[in-house]
Amino acid sequence: MPPKKELQKTDLPVMLTISKVIPEAKNHKTLFFNHKLDVKPGQFIKLWIPGVDSKPFAVSFHKKGSFAVTFQIIGKFTKALSKVKAGDIVGLFGPYGNSFSAKKNAVVVGGGCGMASLSNLIDRLKNPVIINGARSKDYILFRNRYKSAIIATDDGSSGKKAFTTDILKELLQKRKYSIVYTCGPEIMMKKVLDICNKYKVNCEASLERYMSCGFGICGKCAINDKLVCQDGPVFNSKQLSKMTEFGNFHRLKSGRKVKF
Amino acid sequence: MLKTNLCGIKLKNPTILASGILGVTKDIIGRIGKNGAGAVTLKSLCHEERNGNPNPAMIAFEEGFLNSVGLSGQGINNAAKDFKRLDNLSVPIIGSIFGYKIEHFGKVAKKMASLKPAMIEVNISCPNLDYKNPFFADTELTKKITRIVKKNSKKIPVSVKLSPSVYNIAEIAKAAEKAGADAITAINTPTGMVIDINARRPILSKKKGGISGPALKPIAVRCVYEIYEAVKIPIIGTGGITYGKDAIEMIMAGATAVGIGTGIYYRGMDVFSKVCKEMEAWMKKNKVKNLDEIKGIAHR
Repeated sequence: MPPKKELQKTDLPVMLTISKVIPEAKNHKTLFFNHKLDVKPGQFIKLWIPGVDSKPFAVSFHKKGSFAVTFQIIGKFTKALSKVKAGDIVGLFGPYGNSFSAKKNAVVVGGGCGMASLSNLIDRLKNPVIINGARSKDYILFRNRYKSAIIATDDGSSGKKAFTTDILKELLQKRKYSIVYTCGPEIMMKKVLDICNKYKVNCEASLERYMSCGFGICGKCAINDKLVCQDGPVFNSKQLSKMTEFGNFHRLKSGRKVKF
Repeated sequence: MLKTNLCGIKLKNPTILASGILGVTKDIIGRIGKNGAGAVTLKSLCHEERNGNPNPAMIAFEEGFLNSVGLSGQGINNAAKDFKRLDNLSVPIIGSIFGYKIEHFGKVAKKMASLKPAMIEVNISCPNLDYKNPFFADTELTKKITRIVKKNSKKIPVSVKLSPSVYNIAEIAKAAEKAGADAITAINTPTGMVIDINARRPILSKKKGGISGPALKPIAVRCVYEIYEAVKIPIIGTGGITYGKDAIEMIMAGATAVGIGTGIYYRGMDVFSKVCKEMEAWMKKNKVKNLDEIKGIAHR
């Protein structure tokens, strides 16, 4: 007889009370929850505001009995999320997806809000080199949390006036690292991959696509023959190098393929 | 052992990816083919681009699955540019179409036919569209749509997908057959609701959605059984097939082929090869050489 366990799988929300809200960089906020979450670095969850929508988010803080989500206020849903206060209730789905490999001797390259996906990984790594990039001073995420990070801004208002990828190139030229972890704008991640391939260093990138279900059914987050929600969101150099859509195309809610 | 002939289309096995699950992009379709599906049904397309409903649009509850995706899709014209053609993929493709008005069905069928799918499936029964007068509940409307799709599909066989939310599914199937349908796909999802007692409201953004998965299977088996007695054309039995034994049961009710959708949620994309292996094991054990031996055998 087939194992009955497969049919016991469910995906239903858990309603959670927000314990704390803190403002982060410009247009960014962090929501804390006192809830024991079994989540690996790189995995994501979905938050549900009843009557509004439900969207995927990275877990940006993770301790034994609590976790947090850091987000950028960018659309209708995150605008609604930016208005919730401590004591308010939202729904949690997940966690979903695969995770980062968490190897030693790593470089972490974060661009903008991508730092939120990498922070749970950084906290588990032993002294990784961190490149934290943002468009300007006001947008640097977790500046005080990762004081050793190399800061890069597009306009030079803080740290170096450079792209994160310029700094990565310099680092890889100087010495050998075992892996580069990255999350940020896809054009940046594509450049990170190209640089890693040139210097023969492994790379893992956390990708973003429009997502509905989060568990491999709707097919909206497809990138080539992979589903970002289930096969990803973390992909390695070998997988990324094969993806012709990586850095080039993504799909809208309707499924229509468009250029970045 | 599992070779199936569906309206002249030669399938390596009777498992077909049901419409609405994955089936959006060429590369993913190829992967489903590699995972053993005998054919793949595209997610339904209409004359225009649709975003679908807000989330949550899909949840899995204890006994099954609920969705209110709302027929998101890039529209037939964008899909035509994206796919270019449907007859050169590694697996036979069934192009699923729908519309809001009868004229839309003809227009979309014509464009779909130009892409040369192995079959066209007419979705007259999505529970997530707000029909004023649902096509699926009316024998005359079912006939009209079937005729206009047939007229625009040239020689490509047409299957009409029916809803269980009627009292006379066999009559509706008969109407489709009379109007020229080459097959019946049964069934689409009936609607249901799940309320989160802590949130104190329905979980789906649209409140109600189509029920699929294990909860749907007995309804699907009953519908296929009734349709088999009413028509001569083949039936693609769809609803709650997760294991090989479910597919065998559906074939015994009268199905020629079986649709699998939500089964992917429970067992992964390779549910097709898993179901096929389980079917073959059952057949060997019960000395059944081919599926024709057991098709409709429950009718006695």
